Amino acid sequence: MTEVTYRDAIRQALLDAMQADPSVILIGEEVGLYGGAYGVTKGLIDLFGHDRVIDAPISEPAIVGAAIGAAMTGLRPVAELMYVDFIGMTMDQLANQAAKSRYMFGGQIGVPMVLRTQGGTGRSAAAQHSQSLEAWVLHTPGLRLVMPATVNDAYHLLRQSLTQPDPVVFIEHKGLYTMKGPLDVAMPDGAWGEPVIRRTGSDLVILSYSRMLHESLAAAERLAQAGVEACVIDLRCLNPMNEAPLVEAVKATGRAMVVTEGVVTGSVASDIAARLSELCFDWLEEPILRLGGEDIPIPVSPALEKASIPSADLIHDTALWLVTRKAPSWAA
Amino acid sequence: MNLNTAALGRYRMMRRIRSFEERVGELFLKGESAGSMLHLSIGEEAVVGMTDAMQSGDTFTTHHRGHGVFIGRGGDPSRMMAEIAGKEDGYCRGKGGSMHIADRALGHLGANAIVGGGIPHVVGAGISYRNAGAGQISVAFFGDGAMSQGILYESMNMAALWHLPVIFCCINNQYGMGTRVDRSAGHHDFPARAEAFGLNAARVDGTDVEQVYNAATALAHTARQGNPGYLEIDAYRFYGHARMDKSPYRTAEEEATGRARDPLLAARTRLAAAGIASEADLVGIDGDAAVEMDLALANAIAAAPPALSTMFQDVYAPDTPAPRPQVDRLSAILSEGSRA
Repeated sequence: MTEVTYRDAIRQALLDAMQADPSVILIGEEVGLYGGAYGVTKGLIDLFGHDRVIDAPISEPAIVGAAIGAAMTGLRPVAELMYVDFIGMTMDQLANQAAKSRYMFGGQIGVPMVLRTQGGTGRSAAAQHSQSLEAWVLHTPGLRLVMPATVNDAYHLLRQSLTQPDPVVFIEHKGLYTMKGPLDVAMPDGAWGEPVIRRTGSDLVILSYSRMLHESLAAAERLAQAGVEACVIDLRCLNPMNEAPLVEAVKATGRAMVVTEGVVTGSVASDIAARLSELCFDWLEEPILRLGGEDIPIPVSPALEKASIPSADLIHDTALWLVTRKAPSWAA
Repeated sequence: MNLNTAALGRYRMMRRIRSFEERVGELFLKGESAGSMLHLSIGEEAVVGMTDAMQSGDTFTTHHRGHGVFIGRGGDPSRMMAEIAGKEDGYCRGKGGSMHIADRALGHLGANAIVGGGIPHVVGAGISYRNAGAGQISVAFFGDGAMSQGILYESMNMAALWHLPVIFCCINNQYGMGTRVDRSAGHHDFPARAEAFGLNAARVDGTDVEQVYNAATALAHTARQGNPGYLEIDAYRFYGHARMDKSPYRTAEEEATGRARDPLLAARTRLAAAGIASEADLVGIDGDAAVEMDLALANAIAAAPPALSTMFQDVYAPDTPAPRPQVDRLSAILSEGSRA
């Protein structure tokens, strides 16, 4: 098994998919000669040529629209949206066209495409280049939604996305591209749609995904020093998602929290907390808590930006309260 | 097929479209249509000149006023009418209706209720055909309303940039809903816009289906070689935007002048004058169309509505789990959580 970066794992997945399947094409801004704004597609145009690695003009709606038409006519396009913040530009094509074609046309016309994009804070990219907008996607039936947290998942979830018969929105995290980890191209962390338990623990469950998984795991290590064992679950696929393992884990501990980087109001965390509250009500010792981004645009100042999303400290303190009812200093 | 036979065939197709659209109006008046969002293409039948210039294997997308285009490409009126009535026998099993009708087998990649929504899909189809070298083209049909949508110009630019086998076909019926084109565009030389992107462009008289056919044939020929085109069919929308529209935004005089520009009547007169068809031939064609569309109307009314269980089908592909009905989710909670 080799250690590679999250960025290289995604690039390897694209390369392997393009070699295995000549119908796979890339289309997006700067995916070719530039190699991708974050370097993910570097060199692929040299291997596969301009017909399969298509540098597009700055026309996000038509990039997604062209990917839809290509998918309808036999190709398997990977469209790249440089920042998830630009998804508003494409929302008609994504939510009204890609998501609804199969249904509106009575099952005749599927749209097997992947929209790769990236989001999140960490680079002082400010309010229009730092958001976590996965909840916008989750709210649209017909779309699949995947957010890998680990290097191995970055590879395998992208390969799996490229076998799906329906449109998949694949959201990377800009703060993870340089993270190194083990990649085993023969062994996925889990099946499509299955959450993965990243750490076992009997006192509470922390559910998270994307970069917040790593903050949650860091918090769990500190909790262990205080004698509290947290089970940390990586949601990975936000749709489809098998809820059964989540329900089982929450029932086993009676305590749970959901951690997201997206603004907490109307978030993925809100929806998962609601679902688990419905399904686990009689087993709960405490309310299921949501931790998310503050309900503000992302500020540019590094200090403000960092404070606008959950930290390992916040996760730790909140988890400790869930287990011990010990109020953190800031809750006094 | 000789030229006269082809021209007569185009008349027959235009008459079938007119008769179909009239039956759609009847379906609504009988209270049998799924809603009132029914957009008739009466007055725009010369689009048959474009659909006739396409070949088997070519694909297309349409706007919300696309019944005529679909019939022109071989759509089955009975299945279309059933879809417009929201029935299981319809093309989309009663899920899409008039504005979202499609037939993958005939190359219809989908009608669209978002102005300009289907236009970029032909760009993607064009990439497929360019990469495969299969010689197919893909045609986007839309109205003059879409001339104010940015995605049209993004798509034109891509088609020209990547040398795609694509045609953008604007059926300019002078109205985007209730706004006449001179009230929506400061400068409405639309072919000049297309030419500015590097497309071959033509604007043709929408009362003359043969002129449409000739221009469309030339554009289709060059598009197949990777030179995309723009065709504008200058027509007049005879009736309101949808069935509830009483056209308060235009005068009776304007409508009378507009309706005098009747592509069907013009074709009929021309065929008779040229001795290509006798009055008896033409009456026969008209009668056949009436019988066919009466049957489509009757079939649609008689057809069964879809079973409620089909509601959850085709959100995702068949081999993936369907969305769970709300009562199933609730019953799991309500049964497990019940206390003595």
